Amino acid sequence: MGSKARDSRQAILDRLRSREVTPVELPAIFGDDSISQVAIGFDDPPTQFAGTVEAVGGLCLQVGSMQEALNKLEQDEVYRDAARRCSLVGDEIPGNVNLQEIEDPHDLSSLDFLIARAEFGVAENGAMWITDRDIRHRASLFITQHLALVVSRHSIISNMHQAYERIGQPETPFGVFIAGPSKTADIEQSLVLGAHGCRTLTVFLVDEPA
Amino acid sequence: MATVSEHPEKAAAYIADRSRSRWHDGALWFVRSKRDRMAHSLPEWERLRSTASQIKAHTIANLPEILQQFEANAKARGVHVHWAADAQEHNEIVLEIIRKQNATRVVKSKSMLTEECHLNPHLEVNGIEVIDTDLGERIVQMRGERPSHIVLPAIHIKKEEVGETFAKYLGTEPGASDPQYLTEAARQHLRSKFLEAEVGITGVNFAIAETGGFVVCTNEGNADLGASLPRVHIACMGIEKLIPRLVDLSVFVRLLARSATGQPITTYTSHFHGPRPGCELHIVLVDNGRSRIRDSDEFRSALGCIRCGACMNTCPVFRRSGGHSYDAVVPGPIGSVLSPAADTKQHRSLPYACSLCGSCTDVCPVKIPLHHQLLTWRQQIASQGLLPVSKTAAMRAGSMLFQHPRIYALAGALGRRALRWLPKSWIYNRANPWGLDRDLPEPPVESFRSWWQTNRQGTSVDEGMKSKEAKNGK
Ligand code: SF4
Repeated sequence: MGSKARDSRQAILDRLRSREVTPVELPAIFGDDSISQVAIGFDDPPTQFAGTVEAVGGLCLQVGSMQEALNKLEQDEVYRDAARRCSLVGDEIPGNVNLQEIEDPHDLSSLDFLIARAEFGVAENGAMWITDRDIRHRASLFITQHLALVVSRHSIISNMHQAYERIGQPETPFGVFIAGPSKTADIEQSLVLGAHGCRTLTVFLVDEPA
Repeated sequence: MATVSEHPEKAAAYIADRSRSRWHDGALWFVRSKRDRMAHSLPEWERLRSTASQIKAHTIANLPEILQQFEANAKARGVHVHWAADAQEHNEIVLEIIRKQNATRVVKSKSMLTEECHLNPHLEVNGIEVIDTDLGERIVQMRGERPSHIVLPAIHIKKEEVGETFAKYLGTEPGASDPQYLTEAARQHLRSKFLEAEVGITGVNFAIAETGGFVVCTNEGNADLGASLPRVHIACMGIEKLIPRLVDLSVFVRLLARSATGQPITTYTSHFHGPRPGCELHIVLVDNGRSRIRDSDEFRSALGCIRCGACMNTCPVFRRSGGHSYDAVVPGPIGSVLSPAADTKQHRSLPYACSLCGSCTDVCPVKIPLHHQLLTWRQQIASQGLLPVSKTAAMRAGSMLFQHPRIYALAGALGRRALRWLPKSWIYNRANPWGLDRDLPEPPVESFRSWWQTNRQGTSVDEGMKSKEAKNGK
């Protein structure tokens, strides 16, 4: 493959260079206008966010503290029934699976409940940004049966332009926007929640500093 | 040599089942309506479209530099970058990576590129099991079919048919057709495949030159499981998938899901910037005819396509005739532009599978002038002498008619009488394909020419128009 692949690389680049194409300028995202002038914004992003999370199939709970989040979880049947729980949000919410002790992500196949923190949320689409900075196995986010994400209500921004401004340059090898539970509509367009990833997504919109 | 595929024949077979054709039409119209609601909810929608279109035009113009920038940045992040001139080379590269792992089990998430390259059969003959993990694709794979739509691969299949397929392959209850129940069965089945797989293959929605990373969008999370469980991840992408900067994603991510399914964003939008610790990440950059499309001033902008499928959902021909009637990996309006570029003769009928209504152009998030390009293809196909005889004969007759006013007048007179007096079976028969599904209009009693002679003789056309406007009270 080695030399042949190098040949193909050169061949493709040569072929592309053999044809001069009229240059087109790379536009600034909104020309001279600022994002807030052009892109949709919301007077109350957290409220908009909560509504959008529900519209994309999640459950959004507004809480004052992590203690309140835990109380809500304990009332939740799904959480109570979960045998293997993993918490990445600190001691306030306990878990019985420690990601740090797991070598192989395949061992997470029986994970029932994962609770993790998202860096920020986006009101226009209910998406939350999570990186693998503090998550040893990114598979945990997708393999768990149920997922809860904690996000500060002060971190909620209006739109995706602000989101990428905030991300800046990716420092970790993996980052994901998650909006709602895993879903499919591949069988006659009927929406079914829980395709391959989590069956339910609970969002705790917590009133603590971003 | 590939055989010539004729869209009208394939479409006729689909339309013959009228209720299915109507059902398919309705299902796609539903998706199109969701797109409309989403587009109208953003005041900046048109601004996003023109920005996206410019970003793509810039990228395509500067493709060699942008590709090299991407390669350098990806390598710096520990990614293996491969280049494939064509489909065969792509398949060989993928097979070799798998072989190096001594692997035999592969999970794949949806990727139109691997479909275009016919990767699955290539791996299968080499003893590798490839499981498509997108639910729609898995259904189609089990049935031995091909996807009929780039976003909704199984849109042509009814739930009862999925039930039959699953009963056969997954042991579900015979006769079951509840989507919830069937999806659950697929979930269990595919989880076991994710856990056994040694290599995961994904497509790429956007690759970012500035960072050397790429983004994959799914609703099911299948790309994520496929990329985060096996030790090796291979991402296959066409060279047109690049965008220059990370911030450009904000434009494309906002447009993609809204245009595709009417969602504000896909459930998972995953950004890959390097392998997991101790694991491997490979990217295969594939040309396979793309550089040739870039050479053409007429069709270059088609490379900006982000594969949202909106043009298919809105196309009145696609909605009724079904994706398989196009006999191409990418069907619908954009497929009818791209496929003849790959093989003009084989796909010569596709630019005619279009009413030139322009709806595809209106919905396209990157503003590809699809219906103009389809019209251009018609001209090129005609000038290359690739039109079927049925069309050339009629064209020649038409041309003769318009060049000879007397014959034209005579034919008109005959036609007006014939349509009124001839028995139906003389008019509606195999010689008149137009009459298959339409009635010809009621012929007027008088020709325009004779009306003009009695009413406007002696006046110029302009005066004639004026007196008409006066009558209309303008
Ligand atoms: S041509 Fe435009 S509308 Fe059609 S799939 Fe591509 S991006 Fe979407």
